[in-house]
Amino acid sequence: MTEFTPFQSLLGGAFIGLSAVLLMALHGRIAGMTGILTGIIPPLPSDWQWRAAFIAGAIASPLLMMLAGKQIQFSVPVPTLALAVGGFLVGIGVHFGGGCPSGHGICGIARLSPRSFVAVATFMASAFATVFIIRHVIGG
Amino acid sequence: MNKLVSAFLIGGIFGLGIAVSGMINPAKVLNFFDIAGTWDPSLIFVMAGGLAVAFTGYRFVFGRREAPVYESAFALPTERAIDWQLVCGAAVFGIGWGIAGFCPGGSIPALGLGYSTTPIFIAAVIAGIVVARFTRTRLIQPAAV
Repeated sequence: MTEFTPFQSLLGGAFIGLSAVLLMALHGRIAGMTGILTGIIPPLPSDWQWRAAFIAGAIASPLLMMLAGKQIQFSVPVPTLALAVGGFLVGIGVHFGGGCPSGHGICGIARLSPRSFVAVATFMASAFATVFIIRHVIGG
Repeated sequence: MNKLVSAFLIGGIFGLGIAVSGMINPAKVLNFFDIAGTWDPSLIFVMAGGLAVAFTGYRFVFGRREAPVYESAFALPTERAIDWQLVCGAAVFGIGWGIAGFCPGGSIPALGLGYSTTPIFIAAVIAGIVVARFTRTRLIQPAAV
């Protein structure tokens, strides 16, 4: 079980949205982690530095929260093999799908991009089906 | 302010949002997808908060400015096609997300928590991106490269 956290999730979502707006206003970029991560995988594009800085910042803040004594719930309820297989499928999927929940789900839908609506509807449906099959058909 | 300091701080706000929202926690994400079991609807609230701010904020930015502060133009996606690559890619992503409970935006901030499971996932994502990039450039669209 994980606790339903409507207010924290709404607030956290607002921070993610704020990050997307600031990255567009200041850097003219979409705050999608797929695109940003792809840009620091060799062969490096000429503008890899801001991407590395964004990723460093994204890693730094949960670390700082922990150092400040904040409890952050974290648990991986799947075996390591599932992490590796799932991760590999995520990498293939975000490359061909052109983005992930941060890029398509927040930035793309906020821009009313038809591609993003299709991508989000597809990956949500596919994730619901996958979890249902794993937990209730195979695991049930 | 220096451009890289700005990107670092904006990334910091992203990571803060992922941590505060609970999306840093794969168990929470997987429970969102488990309506028939231990359902946790929090992810809907993350989307609602993110979209409310991004939708209004983007309109404000595009209405007020011809160009971003640090660059000469907004770099917006130009791809428009809704094709099999988009749909199959998103479907495969959803399967991986449902297996692991991690997505790229959730897992990168999770590196800051220091658990050994996170780098395994991210290494696998990078491997997947590299394989997909190679496949697309060499096999599917050789003329475009």
